[in-house]
Amino acid sequence: MQARWLLALAGVLIVGAFVVTRTVDNRYVYFAAYGILQYVLLATAWNILGGYTGYVNFGTGAFFALGAYTSVFLIQAVQAPLVVLIVAGGLVSGLLGFGIGYLTLRLRGVFFSIATLALAVVLETMMVNWEYVGGAKGISIIRPSAGPLFTNYVQLLFVVMAALAMGAVAVAWFIEHSRIGRGFATIRDNEEAAECMGVPTLRLKLLATTVSGCLMGIAGAPFPYYITFVEPVSAFNLSYAVNSLAMPMVGGTTSWVGPIIGAVLLGTLQQLATVTISSELNLLIVGVVLVAFVVLAPEGILGLLRRGTRRTRA
Amino acid sequence: MFSLDLFLNALVAGVLLGGFYAAVSLGISIAFGLLDVVNIGHPIFVILGSYAAFVLNDAYGLDPLLSGVLFAPVFFLIGVVVYQVYYLSFERKGESPLRGLVFFFGLLFIIEVALLLKFGVDYRLIEAPYIGRSIHIGEVGIAFRLLVPCVVGLLMTLAITQFLSRTFYGRAIKGVAQDSLALRLMGIDPVRIKTIAFGLGIATASVAGALLIMISPVEPSIGRAYIGRVFAIAVLGGLGSIGGTLTAALILGIAESLTATFSGPSWSLAVSFGILLLVLAVRPAGLFGR
Amino acid sequence: MGEPLLRVENVVKRFGGFQALGGVSLEVQPGERFGLIGPNGSGKTTLINCISGTLRNDEGRIFFRGQDITALPAHRRTWRGIARTFQIPRPFGTMTVLENLRVTLEYAARERARAGDPAVEAMEILAGVGLDPKAGAISGLLTQIEMRKLELARAMAAKPALLISDEAMAGLSSSEVDELLEILLRLNAAGTTVIMIEHIMRAVMRFSERIAVLDAGEKIAEGPPDKVVSDRAVERAYLGE
Repeated sequence: MQARWLLALAGVLIVGAFVVTRTVDNRYVYFAAYGILQYVLLATAWNILGGYTGYVNFGTGAFFALGAYTSVFLIQAVQAPLVVLIVAGGLVSGLLGFGIGYLTLRLRGVFFSIATLALAVVLETMMVNWEYVGGAKGISIIRPSAGPLFTNYVQLLFVVMAALAMGAVAVAWFIEHSRIGRGFATIRDNEEAAECMGVPTLRLKLLATTVSGCLMGIAGAPFPYYITFVEPVSAFNLSYAVNSLAMPMVGGTTSWVGPIIGAVLLGTLQQLATVTISSELNLLIVGVVLVAFVVLAPEGILGLLRRGTRRTRA
Repeated sequence: MFSLDLFLNALVAGVLLGGFYAAVSLGISIAFGLLDVVNIGHPIFVILGSYAAFVLNDAYGLDPLLSGVLFAPVFFLIGVVVYQVYYLSFERKGESPLRGLVFFFGLLFIIEVALLLKFGVDYRLIEAPYIGRSIHIGEVGIAFRLLVPCVVGLLMTLAITQFLSRTFYGRAIKGVAQDSLALRLMGIDPVRIKTIAFGLGIATASVAGALLIMISPVEPSIGRAYIGRVFAIAVLGGLGSIGGTLTAALILGIAESLTATFSGPSWSLAVSFGILLLVLAVRPAGLFGR
Repeated sequence: MGEPLLRVENVVKRFGGFQALGGVSLEVQPGERFGLIGPNGSGKTTLINCISGTLRNDEGRIFFRGQDITALPAHRRTWRGIARTFQIPRPFGTMTVLENLRVTLEYAARERARAGDPAVEAMEILAGVGLDPKAGAISGLLTQIEMRKLELARAMAAKPALLISDEAMAGLSSSEVDELLEILLRLNAAGTTVIMIEHIMRAVMRFSERIAVLDAGEKIAEGPPDKVVSDRAVERAYLGE
């Protein structure tokens, strides 16, 4: 029942986003909103693996950029439409997630994390060396026409990203409330006991890395049209990796709401702060907030709220 | 075109690079291999060491090696503090080590951004009389900026192995990984031993950082390029084996140098990652693991 | 005698240079109550780790219902009907007691014993061990005896043909030991084969129909409880010489 209501709500929000484009005309608003929605999507994707199964991915930037570069390649090669870019980006990054998982997930969890950390550096090296997609200098991407429904392309991207973010949250919600999600949680709580209670842990972990990677690739797919100039340093920016794990950590990792809370809070904060302070200082704040939460409030804002209500009830 | 001269030069440069890589990986070998503390932030402490050497060299013309040694006690103290926070927040609670990973990742990020704020993205380098000189043996040239780091790296590795096998504290550090209960029964506090060992690991980063800035100019983000390298070396060498670390560092140094010579320097990063994945997939215990 | 439920053939397990099991063989019949004893470090837990699939044995083979399961991962052995408890309880700590059982019912029992609503079934099992008042409690916050009961209840939720109980009673009071014994006896009466590893001799002697004794990774005796206790080798292993 709850599922139907949430789906309805998501639908209303997407239509709402569309309606907003009819009324608000400030381009910066869409630009900023897209950025926040992109983080909702990335944080949710990270959390499906990191929050539900407890395996930490430090390579969000790699999966995101792979989606973006898949788009660049397809735009260069065949001028593929946006829908195709999104599907392709998801497939390629999902495959990468599966591959890395397959190679490292039989071992202790730290090896997976280390591999993802190194992955970003290597993929960046490869893109720097690949002239066809711009190499180190980068490449300009020309946006197609916005079509009859939108006054400009950024508005269209905003609505698309709203739908994608909503879709990712829906995926997270369904996982969390299904047998698969409960299986994920047993892995997080005690992997050895999970195996002995009949949970096929390797298969579930692979599923999680694949779905998580796929959603990150989807997040990156529209990026070339959003930024219009793609180069390795911005596509592989470390801030994706830091934000996509800081946001769930701040919000709370055990529930689908956590990444949304974190993304909206940290995302908005950063959008506001870039206007007033330097972007480096901005990132420093995110780093400090991340470490503070990991050390002092490992269950995030949701955990703090829960503890608060428990205390008042008792 | 393959030429023997080119090959020999690359081989020698690789060996020299390997000695330096050993110095960079020592801290990981101690923390990850002996203490089971997965400090993925280690490379950023190396970069911090580079900047310390840079500042003293820039202001007073101090020799980088000297500042590397001078700063080692400071780095030791930083390591002590970091480990205490890690222990109190994660290890003591029996928290999953993965949250600890996030902690170290956060540290890496904070230090990197802080360096960026202070020094910007410009590459920094140092001056010393021996940098830029080289000796020639036949067709093979040996640059001092590679030779000195290699020699110092090897000496430091030797010193650490001697410390671990010959001194009381060294043996306690080796024991803490295998049997902390036995240590406790002997009246030694395992947490104290681990604190000392972790501090020692970070102290090596001070020297390794000074070596790094001798070899090439440094900017804040290159620390991340070393994450793949140091873990490839630590895993390939068999976790916790310092001798294995040295061999693995030489292997990686040679492999990277050959790749850089024959396929272009930008590909050398991919080598370490390839080795890391290969080892994890085929033989996770490393070449010299049990 | 018919085909044994479990047949362990010459199982060897090494950790580095240390040989924890040196070629252990044993058979457990369907419906049997089997005791496994031995001094600390004799390899009991290693043996059941090998049987349940938590560890892989280096040599030898393990058969369950006549089929070779040596190469199967732990979860597949659970699907076939082997369940275990852990010596140090390992609950799914962020879940409630009920959820611990429910997820086990969903994954372990699978098509082998699919019945009704898993939540209802989980409640029945909890009631059986007297843990139903705690169904909604977060399992990580239970007391020792409650955790032991949860370990047992969760293993029972796997609907096993063979349940292996690894020192479920260590550190409990004697009335609590009786309580757990009662639960295991009832489970066995309902048709489940039970292997009990225990240090508390009173419990093993009362429970087991047959006992095997491990010492330094070797089986040194096997037989009915009274025969085994009077065995010279067993005496030597326990008391030393």
